[in-house]
Amino acid sequence: MAKFLKNRELLLVGAITVLLALITLRFPPFVAPANLARVYNDTSILIILALGQMAVILTRCIDLSMAANLALSGMVAAMLNAAFPGLPIPLIILAAITLGTALGMINGALVWKLDIPPIVVTLGTLTIYRGLIFLLSGGKWINAHQMSDAFKALPRDELVGFPVLSWLSLVMIGLIFLLMSRTALGRAFYAVGGNPHAAVYTGIDVGRTRFSAYCLSGALAGLSGYLWVSRYAVAYVDIAAGFELDIIAACVIGGISIAGGIGSVAGAVLGALFLGVIKNALPVINISPFAQMAISGMVIIIAVAVNARAERRKGRVILRKAEAV
Amino acid sequence: MLQDTLTSRIKPAIALKGISKSFPGVKALSDVSLSLYPGSVTALIGENGAGKSTLVKILTGIYQPDQGTISVGDQEVHFPTALAAARAGVTAIHQETVLFDELSVAENIFLGHAPRNRFGLIDWKKLNADARALLARAGADFDPTIRLRDLGIARKHLVAIARALSVDAQVVIMDEPTAALSHKEIHELYALVERLKADGKAILFISHKFDEIFRIADRYTVFRDGTMVDEGLIADVSQDKLVRLMVGRAVGSVYPKKEVAIGEPILTVSGYRHPTEFEDINFELRRGEILGFYGLVGAGRSEFMQSLIGVTRPSAGAVRLDGEVLVIRSPSEAIRSGIVYVPEERGRQGAIIGLPIFQNVTLPSLSRTSRSGFLKLANEFALAREYTSRLDLRAASLDQDVGTLSGGNQQKVVIAKWLATRPKVIILDEPTKGIDIGSKAAVHAFMSELASEGLSVIMVSSEIPEIMGMSDRVIVMREGRIAGRFERAELTAEKLVRAAAGIREAA
Repeated sequence: MAKFLKNRELLLVGAITVLLALITLRFPPFVAPANLARVYNDTSILIILALGQMAVILTRCIDLSMAANLALSGMVAAMLNAAFPGLPIPLIILAAITLGTALGMINGALVWKLDIPPIVVTLGTLTIYRGLIFLLSGGKWINAHQMSDAFKALPRDELVGFPVLSWLSLVMIGLIFLLMSRTALGRAFYAVGGNPHAAVYTGIDVGRTRFSAYCLSGALAGLSGYLWVSRYAVAYVDIAAGFELDIIAACVIGGISIAGGIGSVAGAVLGALFLGVIKNALPVINISPFAQMAISGMVIIIAVAVNARAERRKGRVILRKAEAV
Repeated sequence: MLQDTLTSRIKPAIALKGISKSFPGVKALSDVSLSLYPGSVTALIGENGAGKSTLVKILTGIYQPDQGTISVGDQEVHFPTALAAARAGVTAIHQETVLFDELSVAENIFLGHAPRNRFGLIDWKKLNADARALLARAGADFDPTIRLRDLGIARKHLVAIARALSVDAQVVIMDEPTAALSHKEIHELYALVERLKADGKAILFISHKFDEIFRIADRYTVFRDGTMVDEGLIADVSQDKLVRLMVGRAVGSVYPKKEVAIGEPILTVSGYRHPTEFEDINFELRRGEILGFYGLVGAGRSEFMQSLIGVTRPSAGAVRLDGEVLVIRSPSEAIRSGIVYVPEERGRQGAIIGLPIFQNVTLPSLSRTSRSGFLKLANEFALAREYTSRLDLRAASLDQDVGTLSGGNQQKVVIAKWLATRPKVIILDEPTKGIDIGSKAAVHAFMSELASEGLSVIMVSSEIPEIMGMSDRVIVMREGRIAGRFERAELTAEKLVRAAAGIREAA
């Protein structure tokens, strides 16, 4: 299984390489190291969000409210900054993460305590969170000139040649990897999604584990809220509208099973990068934005089909092995 | 008329001849013959694993026999699919009815063959009127337009019967139809069986309850270990004889039961009750003892065990472990106090497919294998290796997905998982159900070894040989209550079956 998963991730690495090669044919500068670093930086927020979504999907749930959570946390961060320009940036980030976590807790609590299907819960909170942004901001934008320089600068500041945003996403990858592979909670995510009934008997509280996954996705959405708003230097009701689909697409492309229990940090990161490369490359090779969306959609379906086939093939292999044993 | 069927003047509605069916490693049915006659109820009797369900599945086209023939009337038929069997007039009513909760009663009755109007659309007026008529024939008078989910199980059975009537079924198989019914509903079902009989249907009635067999069946057929051991008229047989036919075989010799010095009581359960599932459960479990829990499917054994480990909550009752009063609110608390439960459904409740073997084993023991909140894979591997090797698990690597293992080996992984928590009491629910003979023997041998090391074992099993072969003491449950307690020395298969089925001792 581990070998197989690695294969799947290698497959994705191969697909990204082929994609880059194709792009190079049309537009060689795309693969210049500096440009690739720029593409990575541009994908950083998607990567962070995909890591949170992965935890939720592993437990057989889904979080459709991540982008709305991001927008609300981002708006609050921007408003805090606008109202109190002297507030230290780390404090603002902490506030965004705290708010994001709280919003995630609402999702988690509804799924856990009221036993409402996750897709319904987060579809509802998606709308509520977006509505709250409107209520808070009165529909007004917070523009670059209202934000302090420190607020806007942090993600762009360079550290050893790379922007802080890129470093931050790398740190998150490391932390989530540690969480998934080296803590009981990470193990519980897999167990709950792999077989919730069995997990109960093993002493794992399925509801609480799902709640934790939503807290994590909420926290990462909150962090991303600050990053998004400061990077693009604007906050309004509709930022990142529809981005929840990109997040889920990244997970699906990365081989995280919507049925739960299967997936890896590497898969989520590669899935996000794959989408990032496509989104960045298509404009430079002169493909219209409309075709871009169609192409992204096709990629998702192809990825799901490949994963589904791989799953089925795995079934057959099992039978042969079981007979051999 | 009964005499007529006996002398075979009446042609059987359906006749099976020389049916055999094997699964890898198991011969489920061997050279079985069975005839069902119009207007007659045939009771099919046998222990779990005797081949009854395989036979039903062959009759309804879900399995194909390896050998033998099925004839309807004078014609030999094949049922390659469930639909083919239904078209030939064979229909089955299961314990848990297989109908659609969200559809109306009438839609359920006519699903797949609804009457159409001249535009090819469903003729709702006729549909509902026909459904009402069919329900009336089945002896029901409720409105066919209500949703099925609003009906109780007994009424759902009636809907299933009406559906059978709508396709003009000639053979009706009832697979433990009363197992989930209340007393009153059971009587309604008996009345229904009588009506079907009067209608000339051939009925196969599968039941573990002897009183109802004697009440409604005309004929009996006894299965044992995949063969038909006897058949005849109910009027000519006694309950005792049926019990003997059912269990009649030598047991005990093949079980690796070790003589263990039984120690002091370790677990005391008193006054356990649940509003709907069980009551008055009192017993003691002693150190080194294997306590068997026998009963029919649905007697409340698993339900009691699940509430003992905190999956469900009892309404009253106390547990003492090693003399200390325990309050168990969740499975993790049970595991911490040293009581573990190996559930029955290996697929649904046991192994976590997708996780590697070692992670399955260490899942409930992670607090022990980790250091300062971080998992230590080396410790996990060591723990997993220790317990899987004791169980003689055959796997290429502990890193492989449990899904790649055979059923027996998966069961070993699940048992290893629980042993790795170092419990004081281990509850094994149907530990060898559906696994091959080799793995069975390994599980039994290991159970004996555990007991000899001072672990106390509760074994829930519906297999009499296993219960008799492995237990030091047996508690029999029936309809949620303890119906009998037996020491190993006084155990007989007949006593167990009588207690489980509620038959009084023969005079």
